[in-house]
Amino acid sequence: MKSSRRQFMKLAAASALGLGAGKLAFMGDAPAFASDIPTAATFEHPLKAKHWGMVIDTTKFTKELVEKCAHACRKQHNVPVIEGKKEVKWFWGGTFEEAFPNQIPEYLSEDVEKREIPLLCNHCESPMCVRVCPTQATFQRADGIVMMDMHRCIGCRYCMAGCPFGARSFNFQNPRPFIKDEDFNPNYPTRTRGVVEKCTFCTELLAEGKMPACVEVSEGALTFGDLGDENSEIRHLLREKFTIRRKPDAGTKPSVYYII
Amino acid sequence: MLEKALKGSPRYWGTLAGLIGLIALGSGFWMYQLTNGLVITGLSRDVSWGFYIAQLTYFVGVAASAVMLVLPYYFHHFKQFSKMIILGEFLAIPAVIMCMLFVVVDLGQPQRMLNIIIHPTPNSILFYDMIVLNVYLLLNIVIGFISLQAFRNKMDPPKWIKPVIYLSVIWAFSIHTVTAFLYAGLPGRHYWLSAIMAARFLSSAFCSGPALLLLLTFLLKALTGFDPGKKAIKGLALIITYAMCINVFFYLLELFTAFYSNMPGHMDPIIYLFSGLHGHNDLVPFMWTATVLGLGSLFFLIPTKFRENPPALIVGLIMLVIATWIDKGMGLIIGGFTPNPFEEVTVYLPTFPELMVSLMVFSIGALVLTVLWKIAVEVRVEVEGCNHSLVPPKAE
Repeated sequence: MKSSRRQFMKLAAASALGLGAGKLAFMGDAPAFASDIPTAATFEHPLKAKHWGMVIDTTKFTKELVEKCAHACRKQHNVPVIEGKKEVKWFWGGTFEEAFPNQIPEYLSEDVEKREIPLLCNHCESPMCVRVCPTQATFQRADGIVMMDMHRCIGCRYCMAGCPFGARSFNFQNPRPFIKDEDFNPNYPTRTRGVVEKCTFCTELLAEGKMPACVEVSEGALTFGDLGDENSEIRHLLREKFTIRRKPDAGTKPSVYYII
Repeated sequence: MLEKALKGSPRYWGTLAGLIGLIALGSGFWMYQLTNGLVITGLSRDVSWGFYIAQLTYFVGVAASAVMLVLPYYFHHFKQFSKMIILGEFLAIPAVIMCMLFVVVDLGQPQRMLNIIIHPTPNSILFYDMIVLNVYLLLNIVIGFISLQAFRNKMDPPKWIKPVIYLSVIWAFSIHTVTAFLYAGLPGRHYWLSAIMAARFLSSAFCSGPALLLLLTFLLKALTGFDPGKKAIKGLALIITYAMCINVFFYLLELFTAFYSNMPGHMDPIIYLFSGLHGHNDLVPFMWTATVLGLGSLFFLIPTKFRENPPALIVGLIMLVIATWIDKGMGLIIGGFTPNPFEEVTVYLPTFPELMVSLMVFSIGALVLTVLWKIAVEVRVEVEGCNHSLVPPKAE
């Protein structure tokens, strides 16, 4: 009787220790414990598409809304905040001229001239970055998303030369000190220095059946959906509104459309 | 034959020691880069390739230029190049080694570089560049040493080497064509998106490479008395002159297409390089220096009386090497990234640590070159009996 109680105590102590250790090992000394640990059930209902695409209604965008989306993106993917010309950015804003330089606008409407246009990876149908990558660290998924394998990337930066949209960032230095503590997401990896990164259309959220982080907070200004399904909301929107794409003459067939 | 490199004058050992010192100094800066990342360079999100990749481009040209000796000698039996040809082949070896090292120092994750071989990707031009450079290195090592061995033994080279040499001629063109294709196929980079890019690369290589070779040969002659022969110098100088004329002509073709068509995308990089764009004119002095020296070199090279007069020829060659180096080693890469995809200008200039890492690579190249040329000269001394490598010529 005595010994069995002792055994029970031992077992309880060991499992408590194991549980604690398990949690600690998983989370490291991360300052944030915001998200729950995903389990198999999390991935039971992923979002799927023939070809993912996005429609950006620029008329609804303000500087604040772009920053709100950019912040949601940084927070979801542990994107470091680095000032200056070595910055890392997945989602950001620019003027109409920066977004559509080949339009070479002479007399722009005041409204459009002042508008903040969201910029991100176009997830091109014929992506140049994928064509030039010497290790297939950048690749295209069957659903059209252009992805990165940060563990295979050798940091040659050929993809940055290939991308006509300036969508890619290189980690010139260790990015971890530049991730804000309050924005740290323990469920998404941080990167090492010397690799290239960019927007992934939040593949990790799609796998959980959720919409991309920027779309969630965009107050309806971003529509994300299946370009391959003619009954989808995004195709409906494309039929309804006139849209343009960035640098279509580069031949990469962007999957991101802009309502001006 | 390698034992020839192990016996030498104090001057030879002093040179090697000096170069090793420079390599050690530069590798300190490379360690600094490996520890901190490419943040120590002047590179940026917009200008993501710079000095390192530009040097790769320039020295692929130098490596390819050996063909300007090999082709006339083997295809047209231009026998005057017989003494010089080994120098060309032995210059190609360090040039290719430098190219590879410049790629390695440019990588963000150099310890993963074998991923290029582990995950071969035939749609990437960098994959082909890796192949052609490695094979070209091997070809030059084999051809150089086999023909030198045959010369030493006073025998004809083995028959099987002939097809290998013919292959190396074609291969030399391929290495620079493939290097041009690295740039010429990218839709967003207007300065590079030009069908004449590979032709420009070859013409610039075939003037700058042999010019560098000829200058080094003059240096070798002054140091050791090794004389490649007047006719060889004359022949090579003529080749350099034609190649430089074609190089200038090709550049003018680019200017015509960009400015007569009046297409902003094609004009902007050239405007940035030669007169500045959006208030940034950092490269303007360099590009005009290159223009003046490039045209100046033709002034010394085209008239026969200058070209066949060594002091004037040397001045012309130095001007040519500087001009082509600025064009290809600075303007080409930066011009390709400027303006950036948002039509803005981000300034790039190499930083001091970046230049010191480059110094390491240059010194490794110089070290390999010194050892190889020492072997070539010593073998000739052994065969011909004269002693012009050990005793410097007396000043008269």
